[in-house]
Amino acid sequence: MEMPAPNPAIVAKKAELVRRLTEVLPETAVIHDEAETRAYECDALTAYRCPPLAAVLPSTTQEVSDVLRICHQMGVPVVPRGSGTSLAGGALPTADSVILGVARMNAVLETDYDNRFIRVQTGRTNLSVTGAVEADGFFYAPDPSSQLACAIAGNIAMNSGGAHCLKYGVTTNNLMGVTMVLMDGTITEIGGAHLDAAGLDLLGVICGSEGQLGVVTEATLRILAKPEGALPVLMGFDTNEGAGACVSDIIKAGVLPVAIEFMDRPCIEACEAFAKAGYPMCEALLIIEVEGSPEEIRHQLSLIKEIAAAHNPVDYREAADADEAYRIWLGRKSAFGAMGQINDYMCLDGTIPVSALPEVLRRIGELSKHYGLGVANVFHAGDGNMHPLILYNANQPGQLELCEAFGADILRLCVEVGGCLTGEHGVGIEKRDLMVDQFAPVDLEAQMAVKDVFDPAWLLNPAKVFPLASSEARRAVKIAAE
Amino acid sequence: MRPETEAELAGLIAGRDAPLWIRGGGTAGVVPDAADVLETSGLAGISLYEPGALTLVVKAGTPLAEVEGVLAAEGQRLAFEPADLRGVLGASGEPTIGAVAAMNVSGPRRIQAGACRDFMLGVRYVDGLGTIVKNGGRVMKNVTGYDLVKLMSGACGTLGVLTEVSMKVLPMPEAQGCVMVDGLAPDAAVQAMSAALGSPYDVTGAAHLPVGVDGAPVTMVRVEGFGAQVDYRTGKLRDLLGRFGNVRVETEAERVAAGWRYVRDLEGFVGVEGDLWRISVKPSDGPAVLAGLNAVKAQMDWGGGLIWAVVPAGTDVRARMSVAGHATLVRGTGQPRFHPETPVNAQLAAGLRAKFDPKGMFNPGLMGAN
Ligand SMILES: Cc1cc2nc3c(=O)[nH]c(=O)nc-3n(C[C@H](O)[C@H](O)[C@H](O)COP(=O)(O)OP(=O)(O)OC[C@H]3O[C@@H](n4cnc5c(N)ncnc54)[C@H](O)[C@@H]3O)c2cc1C
Ligand SMILES: Cc1cc2nc3c(=O)[nH]c(=O)nc-3n(C[C@H](O)[C@H](O)[C@H](O)COP(=O)(O)OP(=O)(O)OC[C@H]3O[C@@H](n4cnc5c(N)ncnc54)[C@H](O)[C@@H]3O)c2cc1C
Repeated sequence: MEMPAPNPAIVAKKAELVRRLTEVLPETAVIHDEAETRAYECDALTAYRCPPLAAVLPSTTQEVSDVLRICHQMGVPVVPRGSGTSLAGGALPTADSVILGVARMNAVLETDYDNRFIRVQTGRTNLSVTGAVEADGFFYAPDPSSQLACAIAGNIAMNSGGAHCLKYGVTTNNLMGVTMVLMDGTITEIGGAHLDAAGLDLLGVICGSEGQLGVVTEATLRILAKPEGALPVLMGFDTNEGAGACVSDIIKAGVLPVAIEFMDRPCIEACEAFAKAGYPMCEALLIIEVEGSPEEIRHQLSLIKEIAAAHNPVDYREAADADEAYRIWLGRKSAFGAMGQINDYMCLDGTIPVSALPEVLRRIGELSKHYGLGVANVFHAGDGNMHPLILYNANQPGQLELCEAFGADILRLCVEVGGCLTGEHGVGIEKRDLMVDQFAPVDLEAQMAVKDVFDPAWLLNPAKVFPLASSEARRAVKIAAE
Repeated sequence: MRPETEAELAGLIAGRDAPLWIRGGGTAGVVPDAADVLETSGLAGISLYEPGALTLVVKAGTPLAEVEGVLAAEGQRLAFEPADLRGVLGASGEPTIGAVAAMNVSGPRRIQAGACRDFMLGVRYVDGLGTIVKNGGRVMKNVTGYDLVKLMSGACGTLGVLTEVSMKVLPMPEAQGCVMVDGLAPDAAVQAMSAALGSPYDVTGAAHLPVGVDGAPVTMVRVEGFGAQVDYRTGKLRDLLGRFGNVRVETEAERVAAGWRYVRDLEGFVGVEGDLWRISVKPSDGPAVLAGLNAVKAQMDWGGGLIWAVVPAGTDVRARMSVAGHATLVRGTGQPRFHPETPVNAQLAAGLRAKFDPKGMFNPGLMGAN
């Protein structure tokens, strides 16, 4: 993955930039020492690193505005950052950029149960939003596995999902409003505690724009009453086709589980070895969770059992209580940890039409043989969002490149069967160069035109999302203006 | 003009620069005199429907009724519950799925299931230069590139002509029930609806009719699901709402459906003279806004957050709103149909229009388009 070369004219202005930033921020909020800027050299895509020119940690929307105004005037690129858990390199800096971190902006501004929303500063972590309301019986629904660490800022920028989005939707479906600062320092409010916007749905395009349209400092989020209870069921199948058909029949029958997770044999084996959750050894395993009162749960599980029976499961276990539920989820939740024990791994994130599941798994198996790298599949089966984990050895020269080539082939396969490159992690730098496989040049042009409007100088997170060749002319304008 | 294919449409647009009014079923009302009409009815038909994947891909000019019929045959539906406002708009013709998408039309279930835009997975459209563009796709989770799907839904055709939309559909529930509280004033009604919406019983509709079918105020709370589930939840809600007033429960499916159709389609508004407004506010602000309207006829949906009101012609409803929110003039003239955006957002919107429709052709006069 290439990044544009830093602009020496910008790097040369570092001293002036730091001086001006410290005029508007407390000294502790401007990080420019080379050793300290290293803390911001990467996100969770750790294969790519580059310390920024400086990092700033503002505490208010006004400070964010002041920083952006200065960077805008000086022509310095800005990379917004939440908690740095992006798996796509979304928060990766360049050597001529300023990291703008919102981590210090983590306050709850307003909690309103009658109107079912919470307003927070976006540096607040995902889990602590639920933490602020759960004692009163409410929760914030989108639940990425990284929810302990990731911030609402990054969730909005990536339109993050979670295990329960089959029922509750992803970030964009739970976001009601934002306060956002444009690259020139202009502060704007979009949406709020009422539903839907006056005029164009700007909120809809901001969510998922990967920090390229503005810096989001506050968010109004929908909160929901916690369900009375939830229980999972686990079932094993001796073919992927059987598991896939079972998922499809459950959905068709009108049961709407909150989660349907799928694991294939390599994944089951690795998780079992790691977590000893007592999983059956079989080709495919489903974990399905339903919600409601005890009677409602029993009823839904009885329907699911009846449907599953037609697909000859080799194992079927209902959780009778919280402890059994914990054991069923244990293996799935330790999937990434389990892989990490065995090997270095790369986590992909393509989405496919649910009906293409058996074919895609078969072809991933063929590719795995071709590349000589192992792969394990975990999968949000209800919505087709796949997470193939490719195993490789980072210390062996050439393996990262081989792994990336394998990953690219899998993502192209997702597109070929009617799906897409990324279901929840975002494009960042990781999938940037594959965008041409999903979109025609005119499709990318339409998206870049949106950035032209919000950030005409292309200073906000400029080297992401769009293939460098496609965005080059626009980024060149900025450099020419130096 | 009535193109039969997307390519033909693209050619038509590329070759002109005079204003153009996009028309689906034409049921939403006026066409400015200056604009030629572009009919979308030639772009019709279902391109793909996979019930097991809850996915529908359909051409924009397809009648909404046809879409709903095809889904119903598989026991599925558009969960955002688009309304049929022909009665109250005095229109005939067949509303189209493309217009529903372009207007982001959503009914009572919007508070629980989401708006039309939340169910839109992908679009194909022709922009103001005649370029065919696609965004999103047909899969449920997709964050690949910017979400122009949301931008197009709700743009009312001012950014381009939708040619095809993909949507997530949902199963129709086995049963539905409605819990009704009699005789509440609007503020008590909103409190009751907030209590219901803040409960774990997954309420899928919460509306208040100051004058119900029998002439008295009624507050309605809907639940949907399996039969036993609906019985359980209506029972729980009956207990929860007992402190607000006399509570009744209806679980006869056809009666519940008819009651919510009455709310959704504004059946009680048919024949009432005056301007028709649609106002979105924070639910707890609803009663005060309603009181300030001097409405001839009104109802609250979305737990109090959506007010539909008929007011004497020419009333400046926006001047009477002192809270955050927005008001749309759905029937009537003499005022802008859409709520003015803040100056910064209006400038962003104008910038987007200049990019998507540089010749300023689409739907002149509507929503900031000129
Ligand atoms: C172990 C692990 C599990 C994960 N599981 C999931 C999962 O289940 N589902 C899922 O969707 N993702 C998952 N992720 C990915 C990641 O956690 C999400 O993308 C998350 O939303 C990133 O949030 P962050 O605050 O860490 O953002 P960062 O990594 O700091 O930034 C992400 C992007 O947001 C932009 N950004 C940050 N702050 C702002 C701001 N204030 N304004 C505008 N743009 C901003 C950045 O420029 C960047 O492009 C996982 C990651 C890890 C490491
Ligand atoms: C200001 C206003 C607000 C409304 N609000 C609501 C509401 O909140 N709830 C509700 O149920 N109904 C609402 N309606 C009515 C609603 O428009 C109709 O329910 C339905 O969308 C009409 O379908 P149609 O095919 O007859 O639309 P038409 O009357 O043909 O078109 C409606 C609008 O959509 C545009 N349009 C149509 N097809 C396309 C396309 N393929 N691509 C791009 N743009 C297209 C048209 O230019 C026009 O602006 C509103 C109407 C108006 C005028």
